[in-house]
Amino acid sequence: MTTNPLVEIKDLNFSYDERAILKGINMTMPRGKVIAIMGGSGCGKTTLLRLIGGVVAPSSGYVRVDNQVVHELSRDKLFSLRRKMSMLFQFGALFTDLSVFDNVAFQMREHTDLPESVIRDLVFMKLHAVGLRGAHNLMPAELSGGMARRVALARSIALDPMLVMYDEPFAGLDPISLSVIGKLIRRLTDALGMTSILVTHDVHQSLEIVDYVYFISEGVIAAHGTPSEVRGSVSPFVHQFIHSEVDGPVPFHYPAEKYATDLNLENRIA
Amino acid sequence: MPRRIVIGIRGIGHRIIESVWRLGYAARFFSLILLKSGTSIRRFGLIIRELYFTGVLTMVIILVSGLFVGMVLGLQGYETLQKFGAETAVGTLVALSLVRELGPVVAGLLFASRAGSAITAEIGLMKATEQLEAMGMMAVDPIARVVAPRFWAGVISMPLLAAMFSAMGVFGGYLVAVVLIGVDEGSFWSQMQSVVDFRFDIVNGIIKTCVFGVAITAIAVFEGYNAPPTAEGVSGATTRTVVTSALVILGLDFVLTSFMFRGVG
Amino acid sequence: MQRAKMDLWVGLFVVAGIGALLILALQVGNLGTYSEDKSYTLVGNFENIGGLKIRSPVKSAGVVVGRVMDIQFSTKTFDAVVTMNIDDRYQFPKDTFASILTSGLLGAQYVGLAAGGDEGMLKSGDKIMKTNSALVLEEMIGQFLFDKASEDDEGDSDKF
Repeated sequence: MTTNPLVEIKDLNFSYDERAILKGINMTMPRGKVIAIMGGSGCGKTTLLRLIGGVVAPSSGYVRVDNQVVHELSRDKLFSLRRKMSMLFQFGALFTDLSVFDNVAFQMREHTDLPESVIRDLVFMKLHAVGLRGAHNLMPAELSGGMARRVALARSIALDPMLVMYDEPFAGLDPISLSVIGKLIRRLTDALGMTSILVTHDVHQSLEIVDYVYFISEGVIAAHGTPSEVRGSVSPFVHQFIHSEVDGPVPFHYPAEKYATDLNLENRIA
Repeated sequence: MPRRIVIGIRGIGHRIIESVWRLGYAARFFSLILLKSGTSIRRFGLIIRELYFTGVLTMVIILVSGLFVGMVLGLQGYETLQKFGAETAVGTLVALSLVRELGPVVAGLLFASRAGSAITAEIGLMKATEQLEAMGMMAVDPIARVVAPRFWAGVISMPLLAAMFSAMGVFGGYLVAVVLIGVDEGSFWSQMQSVVDFRFDIVNGIIKTCVFGVAITAIAVFEGYNAPPTAEGVSGATTRTVVTSALVILGLDFVLTSFMFRGVG
Repeated sequence: MQRAKMDLWVGLFVVAGIGALLILALQVGNLGTYSEDKSYTLVGNFENIGGLKIRSPVKSAGVVVGRVMDIQFSTKTFDAVVTMNIDDRYQFPKDTFASILTSGLLGAQYVGLAAGGDEGMLKSGDKIMKTNSALVLEEMIGQFLFDKASEDDEGDSDKF
C-alpha cells in the first residue's frame, strides 16, 4: 500500500560532529495517516523532523516529500514546499509579541493576498476547530501550556497543509489536555485529509490515535508496525518501552566502574 | 614544560582562527541583512514598530543623561576657564565637546546598553523559544522579518538620539552657566555660534553617529541571532553586545576623529 | 488601537530628533550666518602667515567680513598667498592694509583689513598690495636679544 507515499526516507544517515545520530533509516509514510516516531530522549527523533523539513541535510541517503528530494531543492522550491508543511514545536513556539488571533493569521497574511475579512473568518474557523475561538484576543503569555499548544495547532493548520509534524505534542500536559490534543490530532488529520507525523515518547496517548509506529533506538529503527502489532511485539526494546520497564535493553545504570571499586571495598577487606 | 607551551600556543591559535572565522561569518550575516531589507522597506510598518521600541523608549535616558552631562560640562568648564578669565568661552567648550565627541560617543554607549541589549535579548529569546525556527518552517525568512526591521530602526534612531543628547547638553550647559552662575547670555551664545561650524563640527558629529548606529545595531542583531538557545547563552550574548559595542565605539571614534579633525586649530 | 499610539510616538520621536538637529545647526552652529554664495575673492601675499589657517575669519574693525579660503606657497615670490572670500556687502578701497593679527593672548589668528582712503574699490580677484605679516614670537625674541646685545656692545666698547 505504498502507492505514492507522502514521505519516503531511504538509507538515511545523519552525523553531527562525527557522532552518528541516524544510521541507515528507511521509512515510508502513506498519505492521510497518523504516524508516530518513538524512542528514548536524544535518539534522533527531532532530527528526523528537521531532515524532513529541510532544516538540516543528511550525510547520505535522502528524504523525499511529495516526490521531491528535500535537501536537493533550491531555496525558493524549499520555501514553497514548506508552505505545504507545518511543524508544531514542543512548547508551541507562538510569536510572543502577537495575539492569538495574529499568530494564527500570520501565515495567511504573509503568504496570501486574502482580504482581512476572509482572514478573519478563516482564523475563527481554525480557532473554533481547536476550541479556542473565545481566546483570540489573548497574548501567548496569558495562555496555559495546553492552550498554547492548541493555538499552535490551529496556527499549523492555517493554510491547510498536506503534512503536519508534531514535536513532542504531549510533553508536560495535564491528563485532560493530553486527551484533547490527541483527539484533535486524529480528528484534524481525518477531516483535512492530511498526514501527521508525531514524534513522542508518550506511549499510551499515541497508540490510541496513530495508524503506524516506528521505534528508533541508537540511531536505527528497532521496530515498526501498527499499534496492535507493536503492543504484542516480542522485541525486548519495544517491550521495555511499551510496558515502561525500568531496566532492559535501555539500562537503568549509566555505565560506571564496579560498585565495589567506587565504594573502595576491595581495599578495605583485610 | 614544552608540552604546556604547545597546548597554550595551540589554544591561542585556535582562538584567533575562531575569531577570524566569526568575523567572516558576521560579515556574511551583515550582507544578508542588507540583501533582505526589501521586506522591511515595503512593509514600513515593521520598521515603525521597531522604531518605537528602539528609539522612543530610549529617548528618556538620552534626554536625562544629555541634560546632566551638559550641566557638568558647564560647571567644570566654568571652574577651569574662569582661572584664565575666559568664562564666556564656556558655551563654546560645552558645545564643541558635545557635538564633536560626547554626543556621538556617550549617546552611542547609552544606546548600546539600553536598545542594543534589548534587541539582542529579544532576538536571542525568540531563537531559544524556537520562534525563529517556526517562522522558517512557515517559509517566512526570519532575517527579513525579524532582524532587518530592527537593524534599520537602530540605524535611523541613533543619529536622532545623539542629536537630542547634544541639544539637551547644550541646554544643560546654558542652565548652569547662564541661569545658575550668571555668565553673560549674549556672549555665551555668540561665542559658541562663531566657533562651532556647521559643516565641520556638526556634520562630522552626525557622520560619527551614523557610523556608530550601524555598528551597534549590527552587533546587537548578530549576537542575538547567534546566541546559544539557553538562558546563559542569551545573557552572555547580551553582555557581549554591550561590551563589544563599547569597544567598537571607542575604537571607531578614534579612527574617525583622526580623519575628521586632523590639523584643526 | 495600539498601532495608532505607536505611530504617534514614533512620529513625535522623529520630529524631536530632526528638531534637535535643526537646533544644533542653527542655534549652536553658524548655519544661520553662513552664506557662501554672495561673496567675492581677494588675494594677499604675506611674508609669514604665522598660525593663520583656512577658515580663519577676515575681520575689519572687529567685524567678521569674510573667511580665508585657501593658503598656498608661491615659488615665484617665495611667500604665502592667502585667498579670501569677502562678503559682497563689504567693498574695500584699493589701498587697504591686510594684517595678520591675534585675537586675545591665546586666541586664534585672523586677517584684519584696515581700509585706506583710495576712491577706487577692490574687485573680485584683485590683490591687496599692502600687507603686514604675522608677528612671530621667536623672531621678536631674537630681535630683542640682538638689540640688547648691540646695546651692550656699544657700552662695552668704551671699556677697551
